[in-house]
Amino acid sequence: MNGVPILSLMLLVPLIGAVACLMAGREQARAIALAATLVDLVLGAVLWSHYQIGGPQWQFQEHAAVFSGFEWKLGIDGIALLLIALTVFLMPICIGASWNAIEKRAGEYYANFLVMETLMIGVFSAQDLFLFYIMFEAGLIPMYLIIGIWGGADRIYASYKFFLYTLLGSVLMLIAMMWMANEAGTTDIPTLMEYSFPVKAQTWLWLAFFASFAVKMPMWPTHTWLPDAHVQAPTAGSVILAGVLLKMGGYGFIRFSLPMFPEASAQFAPLIYGLSMAAVVITSLIALVQHDMKKLIAYSSVAHMAIVTVGLFAFNRQGLEGSMIVMLSHGIVSGALFLAVGVIYDRLHTREIDRYGGLAINMPAYALFFMLFTMASVGLPGTSGFVGEFLSLMGIYAQSSWVALVCTTGIILGAAYMLYLYRRVVFGVQKNADAAAMPDLDRREWAMMVPLGLAVLWMGVYPETFLAPMRKDIAGLEARLAQARPKGDAEWRAGALPLAGAEQEHGEAMEHGAEAAHGGAR
Amino acid sequence: MDLLRSLAITGTEEVLSVSGLILLLAAAWGGDKASRVISIAAVAVLTVCAVLTVPALWHGAMGAETAAWGGQFKGDAFAAFAKLLIYVGAAVTLIVAPAFFERTGAMRAEFPLLVLFASMGMGMMVSATDMLSLYIGLELNSLAAYVLAAFLRSDERSAEAGLKYFVLGSLASGILLYGVSLTYGFTGSTSFAGIREALSGPLSMGATFGVVFVLAGLAFKVSAAPFHMWTPDVYEGAPTPVTTFFAIAPKVAALCLLMRVSLDAFGTQPGAWQQIVIFVALLSIVIGALGAIGQDNIKRLLAYSSINNVGFMLIGLACTTQAGASAMLVYLLIYVAMSVAAFVAVLMLRDEDGAPVESIAAMAGLSTTRPMLALALAAVMFSLAGIPPLFGFWGKFLVFRAAVEANLLSLAAIGIAASVIGAFYYIKVVKVMYFDEAANVVRGKSDLAQRVLLFVSVVAISPLGYRLTGALDVLAGHAAAALFHFG
Repeated sequence: MNGVPILSLMLLVPLIGAVACLMAGREQARAIALAATLVDLVLGAVLWSHYQIGGPQWQFQEHAAVFSGFEWKLGIDGIALLLIALTVFLMPICIGASWNAIEKRAGEYYANFLVMETLMIGVFSAQDLFLFYIMFEAGLIPMYLIIGIWGGADRIYASYKFFLYTLLGSVLMLIAMMWMANEAGTTDIPTLMEYSFPVKAQTWLWLAFFASFAVKMPMWPTHTWLPDAHVQAPTAGSVILAGVLLKMGGYGFIRFSLPMFPEASAQFAPLIYGLSMAAVVITSLIALVQHDMKKLIAYSSVAHMAIVTVGLFAFNRQGLEGSMIVMLSHGIVSGALFLAVGVIYDRLHTREIDRYGGLAINMPAYALFFMLFTMASVGLPGTSGFVGEFLSLMGIYAQSSWVALVCTTGIILGAAYMLYLYRRVVFGVQKNADAAAMPDLDRREWAMMVPLGLAVLWMGVYPETFLAPMRKDIAGLEARLAQARPKGDAEWRAGALPLAGAEQEHGEAMEHGAEAAHGGAR
Repeated sequence: MDLLRSLAITGTEEVLSVSGLILLLAAAWGGDKASRVISIAAVAVLTVCAVLTVPALWHGAMGAETAAWGGQFKGDAFAAFAKLLIYVGAAVTLIVAPAFFERTGAMRAEFPLLVLFASMGMGMMVSATDMLSLYIGLELNSLAAYVLAAFLRSDERSAEAGLKYFVLGSLASGILLYGVSLTYGFTGSTSFAGIREALSGPLSMGATFGVVFVLAGLAFKVSAAPFHMWTPDVYEGAPTPVTTFFAIAPKVAALCLLMRVSLDAFGTQPGAWQQIVIFVALLSIVIGALGAIGQDNIKRLLAYSSINNVGFMLIGLACTTQAGASAMLVYLLIYVAMSVAAFVAVLMLRDEDGAPVESIAAMAGLSTTRPMLALALAAVMFSLAGIPPLFGFWGKFLVFRAAVEANLLSLAAIGIAASVIGAFYYIKVVKVMYFDEAANVVRGKSDLAQRVLLFVSVVAISPLGYRLTGALDVLAGHAAAALFHFG
């Protein structure tokens, strides 16, 4: 875009804001933070409007040789664009959610959030392997501080768990990256995406990356840090954690694991399916029995992320596109749900579901928004959740009908726990006088809810807006995966879609076998 | 001509010894009242010496023209790199020391002199290309260091530290000397070049013993596990400025010495020592990490942290490659910056009466009472843990990359996984400072010199440090190339 380094600018604005926040008092700090995030939102809008759909794969590329060993290299494709858009969209809402809730050490708080924004945009726009790693890993520090300083009662345990789990996950990835850089002789991500690593090495590399992304995602059984972190984090921390940080795992799969190690991805697809099926069923059932609203939503996040992983490893376009939409949708919806919990938490200071009830009577507007987001989380047609889940499940159905069957139960169970939550909190009798006396949404809360609600509906009614930018990139990825794609179970039975020579031979061998059997019978 | 050239190559040692002797006279005449002037003069001398090392480093001096005194001594870029770090470390010690000692009236004129003579010994250590000049440098440094550890004469802990350091240090010297004698017996030479040549054939049992003993003695000096036991006690007991000195200068000198001995003298038999170095490295990483977990004294914690960091640096040596050596040198430099920041920050932790605060529990809530100090310490902790974007990450990154390039994949994988254990106690310090309620113990004021030093070193380990990666690559590359230039 006319040589303006817009991505660097988007990284710089929150960083400057963070330094300014550190020196400012509470009132100024939140104003600075809001201004910085809004500027980034505008820059994000400019970025999207100048993004050429169907243009070159990598756009807005920047390059500066300021380091030795790695490079300052930025650039985005459609996938990264969407995730950056999600980040800049959620950030002002996070600041809004903290507006009155954060009283102690506000300057540091907003500084941490702004640093977080820089790092998240950095992760999605980095085109150098090690630059990506630095951004990816650096996010631990602000999040550790956010959970630890402004979190709930058990915040210290949660912050340790978050930090050490994710650190342990990602250090092995660093070794794998070094091996790749050494083998391929470059740290440039677009080049590496086209490089063919030896199949044997791919297995190890894939596992090292998997360790990192599976924890970040999080996939069952490495998800246990998430409920703790979510419950203890302040509202805005939960929003950013669910909204964007979890997406780094999915982004990692789509940017590294799949294109760089297609053979290993195919080889490990059954593992992913198994873990995802387990996650969908187990975490949905766990969500059903929660008494803490945040914990319930946290478990539902794990279940939704499992839909993302099966979609990604469906190796076809519907699956990949569906996964991206689920990630975007979940980013908005779970963010919104945490916000909805935050709204009543600010009033009553408890997340205990039983303390509420009958909120539809005294908070009708709140009940309406909460309903919209509940429905989106369930995946009602017309909301964003439906589009993504439908595409993902359709994608995986082409690959394995059994996996699709098990994962679809997630939708049913999802409806169960979300509607059950909604019934207990919003409907029913007003059990507690203090809950019954809570005022409805104020102007600030309206301002946060409306954009989220509109985004949910937009994505549900006209998903083309979000599918168009990534269509070409997904097609490229599908083509890259085509040679490695394992045969779907439908193809096995019918033998209707002979894909490669080896499979044809296999089919012939089966025919021969059938003939021989026939001959034997004769 | 040869004499003049040799004199020119050993320039920094001459400056140090002559000015050390002059200042010694001044101290004898002036008494303790002159200690401030002598400190300033000593810092000036160290600065001059640091400047004198720059040309050799800049031009990447190496080879025969850097050898002096009949091959006993080498003034190459590698030695220059190490000396630069040593002199900087010594100067930092002298700058922060007066404020610490003056409170109790324990500042004496001998302090800067001991530091000067120790620096001279360390300069000889890193330049030595003969077992005998090596040993003389080592002992010159050690003698000064024993006295420094016991410098607070009225403090029991300090006396204990001095005694412990002396006994165990002498033992290590003895082991080293025994190794040297074995090596000499089986190779017929004390010069590195001679040993190198003699070892190039098949390795005899006796020579193997020699190599092992020399390495064990040196592992003692770098405080690598399993020879690390003295470190926590000495670090805790010695006066904090002296601990600062120990954490930086002798560590740099001993590590560089170890590099030169392993890669030069024993360089033709890497198989004989690579296994040992790998074992020592991994053990140091794990013991350094586990040992630190239960500590409540910040100096003890930093002692374990230094054991841990030495383990990571030794991974660079285990590669036996030039890239590994270069990575190790960059790590050393970053380690020096982190240590300066850490110990200066610890020196600034003082209670109302100005007495030093060493307990981690007393640092609770530091972020609310002294936000800038807490921020600096947090940066140091994350940097020591090797979490990006702090610059400490870069040192670890380079040694692990060198290990991967040298095909030591399992070493790299185990080492980096063990680094997560270390992260636990580093973030614990951050937790105490940021998450806990304020204990309000730290209230003392700090002087300007300390604040400036802290600021400079924290900026160096902050993400801004990555701008230095290019320059560091060139300088460490020069030094490593000189190290790998034999003959």
